[in-house]
Amino acid sequence: MVTRTSVLMLLGRVFVQAFLVALAIVVIYPLLWMLLNGVKSNSELFANPFALPETWRWENYVTAWNRGVGDYLTTSVLVTVASTVATVLISAWAAYGLTRVKIPFNRTILILILAGLMLAPTVALIPLVKMFQALGLYNSFWALLILYTAFRVPFTTFLIRAYMLDLPLEVDEAAAVDGASKARAFWQVILPMCRPIIISTILLNVLFTWNEYLFAMIFTSGGALQTLPVGLTNLMAKHGTDYPVVFAGMAIAAVPVIVLFFAGQRYFIRGLADGVGK
Amino acid sequence: MVWVLPAVLLLCIFCYLPLVQNLGFSLLKWDIYSGRQTFVGADNYLKMVNDPIFWKSLLNNTLYAGISILFQVFGALVLAALVEGLPSPRLRGALRAIYFVPSAISLTVAGLLFYFIYEPRMGILNAALETLGLGNFTQAWLGQENTAIFGIIAMSQWQGFGYCTLLFAVALQRIPSELFEAASIDGVGPVRRFFSISLPLVREMSSLMMIVTVSGAFQVFNEVMVMTTGGPNNSSQVLGTWLYRSGFVRNDFGYAAAIATAVFVITLVLAVLQLRLAKRRRVEW
Repeated sequence: MVTRTSVLMLLGRVFVQAFLVALAIVVIYPLLWMLLNGVKSNSELFANPFALPETWRWENYVTAWNRGVGDYLTTSVLVTVASTVATVLISAWAAYGLTRVKIPFNRTILILILAGLMLAPTVALIPLVKMFQALGLYNSFWALLILYTAFRVPFTTFLIRAYMLDLPLEVDEAAAVDGASKARAFWQVILPMCRPIIISTILLNVLFTWNEYLFAMIFTSGGALQTLPVGLTNLMAKHGTDYPVVFAGMAIAAVPVIVLFFAGQRYFIRGLADGVGK
Repeated sequence: MVWVLPAVLLLCIFCYLPLVQNLGFSLLKWDIYSGRQTFVGADNYLKMVNDPIFWKSLLNNTLYAGISILFQVFGALVLAALVEGLPSPRLRGALRAIYFVPSAISLTVAGLLFYFIYEPRMGILNAALETLGLGNFTQAWLGQENTAIFGIIAMSQWQGFGYCTLLFAVALQRIPSELFEAASIDGVGPVRRFFSISLPLVREMSSLMMIVTVSGAFQVFNEVMVMTTGGPNNSSQVLGTWLYRSGFVRNDFGYAAAIATAVFVITLVLAVLQLRLAKRRRVEW
């Protein structure tokens, strides 16, 4: 028996589903447009923005690569790898010290590290410029490495600490009984047990560093030192009339992180969900 | 002690020391090129409260926050509830992931992309309006004082709503499904189920998301720099870009430090709110 309400419910359900799928298309279309524009010619770009390219000019990607995007990508990879490794290691050490080793002023240190979560990078910007100029590190790879690590340690420590708190202390006791030092217990027992959250924090830090703009823009000025987010604005400023090449450059910057997100979705979601204060 | 030392040193030297120094700098008149520094007391702060562009920036940040709350907190919550209500788990997963994709790309790419979307000659926004017979509405979105900031904010909603939807979806998944089933059996419709079950049980997540969103709205920088650099005629200036412009373009570091203090106060208040919420007892079920 079909009642009036069940028909209405069904219609409602169909409508909701259609709306959600339509929204997904609207959301993803600009990105497809970007990828397509990267293989068009300049005149095709202006003729009809919705049309498909007549010939697929993959050489635009090569041109973008040769006009600096290759260098920016290399820098981005180096900075991302170095600062992610440094951040995760330093944070895991800190989390270990805070949860499993008896240290004086434990509570104070915890607050000191986690309070960094609230600090907006803009607030420290002017003194940091002055400081790095004085240290002779302004416009260097080290500036980015140090800043990214310092500003990401609080969040990363927060996540790893929460995970370590849930690991039973018997694990440490067993390691101690076996004669393992604190250092060995960390490397061979605790760190491997934290694998899921370590992967989450690695992914979140890669995403952050790859996309960071403020520090990258202020602390580097030479082409060879610039990461993709800043390099792309250069590409735009220098070759701004060769739009398909700019689109190709944007695609080169965007695709790796999109692929990374889909590959590590589960870990991303876990890290994001825990990070907002579970 | 050795374990926490690197973290503590890094934070003290590169986060907290600059924070304190910033307060000192904001009391100076400081020419970065000549290096000359003179103590001027509260002059920079007086200048700030009399600076119409500072207030314009603050207003734009506030607009940013307000619109983001509407779309990225309320909008995303409703959206998450709709997605989680779908019968097919594969469709649910696919939609959550697709909505999130713009959050994975950098604000530079997103900003440039929307710069082109709004571009009057090649952009798809005007082209789409014409196709829909709304040709009267076509305009240079980022080139006009009254539309530029809204163009940037709209881009930001596209970029950020999927992140919030994902987090709300996770929060909704944590609600025991028996609650919904019991309500269904009692004949409670989906709209009432949302208001009487979902909404109260994700209240904590909503408050946290609101604070995170507002805090982010007062730290906006990247997208404005890429899309308008604060123009035309400073109409889309925000605190971050005005700070940058004052310090690095107009060579007035003391004044930039004063703006930074304003950003610090705003984000500190929000952070304290966040902390109090996080400490509050959670809903038990």
